Formats: sequence, structure tokens, C-alpha cells
Amino acid sequence: MVESTTARASARHRPGVPWGRILAWAALVLLLVITLLPFWVVIKTAFSSQRALFGAAGSLLPADPTLFNFRRALGLASLEEMIAAGGSGQSLNFLLYLRNSVIFTGLIVVFQIFFSAMAAYAFARLKFPGRNLIFLLYLAALMVPGIVLFIPNFVLIRQLGWLNTFQGMVAPYLLMTPFAVFFLRQFFLSLPRELEEAARLDGASPFGIFWRIVLPISQTPLATLAILTTINMWNEYFWPFLVGRQENVRVLTVGLGIFQSQTPQGVPDWTGLMAGTLLSIIPIFLLLLFLGRRIVDSLAFSGLK
Amino acid sequence: MALTTSAEPPRRERSALKRAFTKEALTAWLFILPSFVGFFFFYALPAFRGLMISFTDWNLLRDPNPVGLANYERMLADPLFWNALRVTGLYVLANIPIQTVLGLLLAVLMSRLTTSMFVRGTLILPYLMSNVIVALMWLWLLDPLLGFGNALLQMLGFSRQPFFGSPDQAIWTIAAVNIWRHMGFTALLFYAGMQGIPGSLYEAARIDGASENRMFWNITLPLLRPVTVFVLVTSLIGSFQIFDTVAVTTQGGPVNATRVLVWYIYENAFQFSNMGYATALSMTLFAILIVITLLQLRFLRSDQSDLA
Repeated sequence: MVESTTARASARHRPGVPWGRILAWAALVLLLVITLLPFWVVIKTAFSSQRALFGAAGSLLPADPTLFNFRRALGLASLEEMIAAGGSGQSLNFLLYLRNSVIFTGLIVVFQIFFSAMAAYAFARLKFPGRNLIFLLYLAALMVPGIVLFIPNFVLIRQLGWLNTFQGMVAPYLLMTPFAVFFLRQFFLSLPRELEEAARLDGASPFGIFWRIVLPISQTPLATLAILTTINMWNEYFWPFLVGRQENVRVLTVGLGIFQSQTPQGVPDWTGLMAGTLLSIIPIFLLLLFLGRRIVDSLAFSGLK
Repeated sequence: MALTTSAEPPRRERSALKRAFTKEALTAWLFILPSFVGFFFFYALPAFRGLMISFTDWNLLRDPNPVGLANYERMLADPLFWNALRVTGLYVLANIPIQTVLGLLLAVLMSRLTTSMFVRGTLILPYLMSNVIVALMWLWLLDPLLGFGNALLQMLGFSRQPFFGSPDQAIWTIAAVNIWRHMGFTALLFYAGMQGIPGSLYEAARIDGASENRMFWNITLPLLRPVTVFVLVTSLIGSFQIFDTVAVTTQGGPVNATRVLVWYIYENAFQFSNMGYATALSMTLFAILIVITLLQLRFLRSDQSDLA
């Protein structure tokens, strides 16, 4: 397809300046610049000194470059230092929030995918009365918007006394999401039955078949789902904001939001905020760097299921 | 389903009962159990409970007090509800068409010019960022005093703009931020869809002397319909639920200009402890989303593809 596109383009090629192609490239480059420029402004601000910021709004380079903002964001600077530098004295307990984000996301990705895969396998392969009805209910749950569930779920978590605990934060996502079950069922339906039949004749139990045969040959969809779930949960804000505000369970998104709302209204601590923002971007950026093609393919696949 | 079972003779009913306890069925129940617990407690029960709460007056402190349809009546007479609906509508109206058209344009550019992973990776980078980070970045970029955006406007000879700080601009600014975030992801979906269109169709069209333009309108666009439907349905449902960006940037202000529906629901539930009214509002949002989805699926004929 790609080759045929190029072939088509060269077949049409007439002598003279290829204005169409130049224009198309210009448009693509412009959109790439619009995409990347904000990230650059974050970087240059994070390395700028707080005092020099006033005179350097439009500059593309850091003003009076310094690493102080990162020390501040990481909670490594003393209060005196911060006040001397003209800051508010607020810091972001970055490493703690990072740890919390890793726990929150990690627990959900592992358990949700495992339990959803078990259910998906039963829906795809095992016969039992009520199978279609239950699956239909799961599908209907795909439609319910977050806010409709968040209020009663918040009430439930509060009644259980799980506010500001990890179990409260992961509970609604830990055992399933309708999307995960649906996604994996579609894949399991397409698996060849022969392998399972052979294992069954050899006396393998249903769980043995699931664990030793179905999961290993499903690595690609499992990885795809793991990537999608990781991105969604790492970036989730509303639910952890409702039930996990306390420092010891606060995840990065919530930490950044609180950090921002605590900086003075008149002159927000922009350099500190951008240092914190930059630190929070790094994990996702590294993920993209190392798993680039996988992530791009996973996201593309999410639209074509 | 239950009706047909009960209408059948008792003998069949017993065998249905037997079928429920075969070895395979028991295994299946065990496989489904953990997910069903999650489904029951965090999807089915809260959906039902939300509906029940919406018929009460409840501040979380004392027991809920049944009030019938009072919350819904209050909603219809509440100017802030209608304002929230209007603001949400404006946001959706700005967001969806621009995001979809820009995404499509980007996808066409990519499919014609480059297969580069770098380009695709760069374009989806904003989508990989959380809403909070994106909102913080743009809050800084569009800062009225020191922001890079205003410095750039001045350099280009335009006047400075208040962006998030102005009642006239705030909701459009929030829409623009989310267009920036989603444009590349939408493009990626369209691009992936375009890869599925057989090159032979274009070859045939070219032999017939069709222009690039015509091929786009007569081949690419119609064959992309399943992707387009997916993009429209999911982004519309998503943009009706805009919350994170508002929470970080404007908190509903200035003067109600960005008090979108979900923010208004959040305020009622978690700031004013008005659980009954908040759930009534959220049930209304749910109803709106169902109607929109059904209308879209009907008009866009999502179940049919032109690619036989």
C-alpha cells in the first residue's frame, strides 16, 4: 500500500516544482512543531531560574539556567533556600507519588488482565446457561459514563472505610473492566481449538489449559491490553483524586494537581510546577522510547477492534 | 429469557438446572466469578444505587430522605444546569469537528509522505500524557503575563489574550487544548484504517483518470466509515465527560463560563454534599449519552462496511 502510494506519486510526477508535496510537507512539519513546542517550553521553563522568568517569556532558551527547580520539586531543597529564591516553599514529594502511581497502576494491570482473561476465556470457550445474558450485561456496562459510577462507588468505598487506601483506589478496576473482557474474548474466539482439544485428551484441567496454553499463545493481545491499561491508569485523575488524596497514597496526577492548586494565585510557582511536570512526563516518555512501535500499534489497534 | 424458561414444562426446567451444574458449567462459573464480583459491586450495583440516590435528598451525614422526582424538577428549573448543558454543548461542538478533520488531514499527510515511526510517535505523545499534565502545560503556555503563547502573539503582531481568564475565551481554550491532545491519536486511528484499504482500488481509479482529490472523497473516506464511526462515537462520549482539564485550569470559572456538566455534578456531590441532586444530574448525562450513541449508530450505519 505504501509502495503503491509512492509509485502513484512518481507516476504523476510532472516536470517542475512539486508544489503539492512541498505544501503537504510544510503542513506536516507545522503540525509536528505545534505538537512538540509546548514540551520544549516546559523543558526550558523547568531549567529557568524563578527570578529571570519575568524578562524571558518569549525566549526559546532557559533564562539563567539552573537545576534548583528539580531539587525543589523532589523535596531536596531546604525551606530557607526556597524562600530565598522567591518561591512559595511548596514541594512535590515526587518519589513518593511515583511509587504510589507504580503501585496503583501495577496492581490494576496485573489483576484486572488476569481476571478479565479468565472471564473472557469462559465466555469464548465454555458452555454454561446464562452465558449470553451475562455477556450482554458486561457489554451494557461499557456504555455507563464514569461520573455515574463514581458517586455511588465513592459512597461504597467510604462506607467500607477504604478512603485514602490503596484497596479503595484499585477496587473498581481490579477485578475487571468490561472493555478488557470484551477485548480478550474477541481474541480467544479466534484461537484454533485443536491445541486445547489435544491438551484435554492428555488430561489437562480447564485451568491448566488456560494457564499453560491459552495465556502463552495470547501474548500479543495481552501485551496490547496491558499497554492500553497502563496508559489509562497511569493518567487516571478523577477516581484517585476522590478517594486517594492523602500524601501516603497520592498518585502523580493528583500530586501535581494539588501542587498547582497550592501555589499562590497571583504569581504561581511556574518553574517549580514545570520541573514537576517534566519529571512526571519522563516515565511515559521512556515507555514510548523503548516500546514505541508496540505502543503505537496498540493504540491503533484499539480503534480497529 | 426467564419468561420462556418458566413457560416450559417442568421436565425441561430440571434439565436446565442440571445443565447449570455440569462440570463444564461449574468451571465456567469459577472462571467468571472474580470478574462478576467486580461487575456486580462496581458496575451493576452502583448504577442501580445511583438511580435510587437520585430520588432522595442526601448529604452523606444522615439517612437519605426520599423526595420522588424533586431533584429532576429542580434540575429543569436550575439555570446553572442549563448553563452547564450549553457550555458542554459548545465544548463538544468545537472539539469534535476540528479534532476529527485535523486528525483526518494528518492521517492523509502521513500516508502520502512518510511511514516514519518518529512522526507517529511524536504525534501521539500528547495523548500519552495525563489530562493533568497537559492542562498544567497549557495553563503555563497561555498565562496572561509570562506565557509563551502571548509572547508569540506579540511577536507576530497580535494583541495579548487572556485565554483561560476570560469568560468569552475560556471554554474555547479548553477545547483547543484537548484538540491538541487528541489530534495525533485520532490521526493514528485514521492512518491505521487507511492501511487496510487495498491499493488495487487506487490503481484502478488512477487508470480511470481520477484525481487525488476524487480518490480521497470516493474511495478513502467511504471505506474509512467504520473507523470514522468509532472515532466519532468514542470522542463524543468522551468529550461530554470533560472534567480533568476544567478541574486543573478554570474550576468552572470565570463566571460559569466553563462550568461543564461533569464539573457541576462534581461540585454538587463533593463540595456541596448534594448527593441526590448530583446523581440526578449524572443520570441525565447518562440518558443524553445513550440517545446520542443510538442516533449516531443509526445515522452512520456503523454495522455496514463498503469493503465487502
